[in-house]
Amino acid sequence: MANNSEETYLMLSGLQHFQFCKRQWALIHIEQQWEENVKTVEGQHLHQKTDQPFIREKRGEKLVVRAMPVQSRELKLSGICDVVEFVQDESGVELHDSPGKYIVHPVEYKRGKPKKNDADLVQLAAQAICLEEMLLCKVDVGYFFYNEIKRRVEVSLTEELKDSVRDIARDMHQYYERRHTPKVKTGTFCKSCSLQHICLPGLMSKRSVKSYIEGSLAE
Amino acid sequence: MRKLLNTLFVTQPDVYLSLDGGNVVMNKEQEKLHRIPLHNLESIVCFGYTGASPGLMGYCAERSISIVFLTMNGRFLARVIGESKGNVTLRKTQYRISDDEEKSAEIARNFIVGKLFNNRSIIDRMARDYPMRVDVEQFKKASKSLLSSIREIRECTDLELLRGWEGQAAISYNRVFDDMILQQKDNFYFRHRSRRPPKDNVNAMLSFAYTLLANDMAAALETVGLDAYVGFLHRDRPGRASLALDVMEELRGVYADKFVLSLINRKEMTADDFVKKENGAVLMTDESRKTFLSAWQMKKQEKMTHPYLNEKMSWGLVPYAQALLLARFLRGDLDEYPPFLWK
Ligand code: SF4
Repeated sequence: MANNSEETYLMLSGLQHFQFCKRQWALIHIEQQWEENVKTVEGQHLHQKTDQPFIREKRGEKLVVRAMPVQSRELKLSGICDVVEFVQDESGVELHDSPGKYIVHPVEYKRGKPKKNDADLVQLAAQAICLEEMLLCKVDVGYFFYNEIKRRVEVSLTEELKDSVRDIARDMHQYYERRHTPKVKTGTFCKSCSLQHICLPGLMSKRSVKSYIEGSLAE
Repeated sequence: MRKLLNTLFVTQPDVYLSLDGGNVVMNKEQEKLHRIPLHNLESIVCFGYTGASPGLMGYCAERSISIVFLTMNGRFLARVIGESKGNVTLRKTQYRISDDEEKSAEIARNFIVGKLFNNRSIIDRMARDYPMRVDVEQFKKASKSLLSSIREIRECTDLELLRGWEGQAAISYNRVFDDMILQQKDNFYFRHRSRRPPKDNVNAMLSFAYTLLANDMAAALETVGLDAYVGFLHRDRPGRASLALDVMEELRGVYADKFVLSLINRKEMTADDFVKKENGAVLMTDESRKTFLSAWQMKKQEKMTHPYLNEKMSWGLVPYAQALLLARFLRGDLDEYPPFLWK
């Protein structure tokens, strides 16, 4: 992957699709086949955000920035952080238009209640890597904010976690380079997949077309 | 499989279509005639020189609602196509295969296998259901000859030969087609296919049904990201939706011909529904076109089980299912393209 131009960057939000099912990710991000629900949900998401980029609030020691576009040269991913919090702290970094020093935390908004989900964690860690690169700082802590219970949960973003993000991103780029929609093992998780009508997971276990035709001719 | 939505047929030529919120509004001389929510629609088919606003076209293109403009007699004028869906990789694969005669033939033969298989099913069914009305011996002969053609075609990797086989098979099928017309024989008969213009009642109906089917097929292909204009069996010709015609081969008999036959045999269309022009061209009257279209809509809603997917769906979704399967084959998910084999 010699070419490091931003055009080769993939969508950061694809990380969660990729972890859920590589085929789903390929259908959305390579083939751009998506069903209305995925498209509209993501579309609205983006819209709300881009309508108000860089809205910043000052809350005492805290600077809260919404809809912050981020990217990473290392991961070759780009996307938008829901919320990034800058907390005044002597051990932090300087920002170009605010006095003082800050430490940086990405915050992801979740509609429901807390549930253990690696995909979410990876997403947050990827945002952290982007922020580290862009601001030349360390991002060791992030938060999930659960809308339903109006509570936030602190997550520690370890090097180990970040390394696994690097592996996944590399994998994603390899698939993308080949523009290949993988045939993957289908499973019960397909039932909750919004792309099942396009993917036709049933096809994966179907008999060969050759035997379908020969069979029909023999009957 | 996704759900089949409705088609809006606009048969009045002096109507203008515009967008209002999520609705299509039909206007005639500043007056609003109807208003229909677009989320219920799969496609809009306009007859005559109906107009549509760019706003409506854009809205529909974004949501894969096809808009087609036909002349009053159903001849194709134009289709509104938005930004093409799907990755260019799929289209490039399609173009690459289209340029390769042998690879094209491997796919094309399955379209023809499907066509002959289905035509044979129609013949067999007729012979079984109406043994007192049709010449069973003749039908058995046609059926047998189709079967042997199918076997040859399965092995054929040459486009020219393939077309030859197809022409051969068409003769056997057409020979018994007239026999399948069981009612109103004085006014409805089939001698041979006449297209431009259709010269008898049956040909007028066949032409109309093929146009409708070709439009559905083209829209379905574009929806799954394929280029409806680049074919494997039909070679490129400007303005011709070759791939739509290719995939449609399987469905001509089982979808369109059967539909036309049932309109005649159930006397839903009669001799009064047609007018003959001075030049011998036969046209459907405005009223009969409406009858035809509403029967077509009903046909599309009818359910059956897709022979390969083994899934219940409406007839109207078959073009979409085949388009999806073709895309899946081009993507490398399937060992061959599975034709729609109706029993
Ligand atoms: S239906 Fe199953 S295999 Fe297909 S994209 Fe969805 S999760 Fe993946």
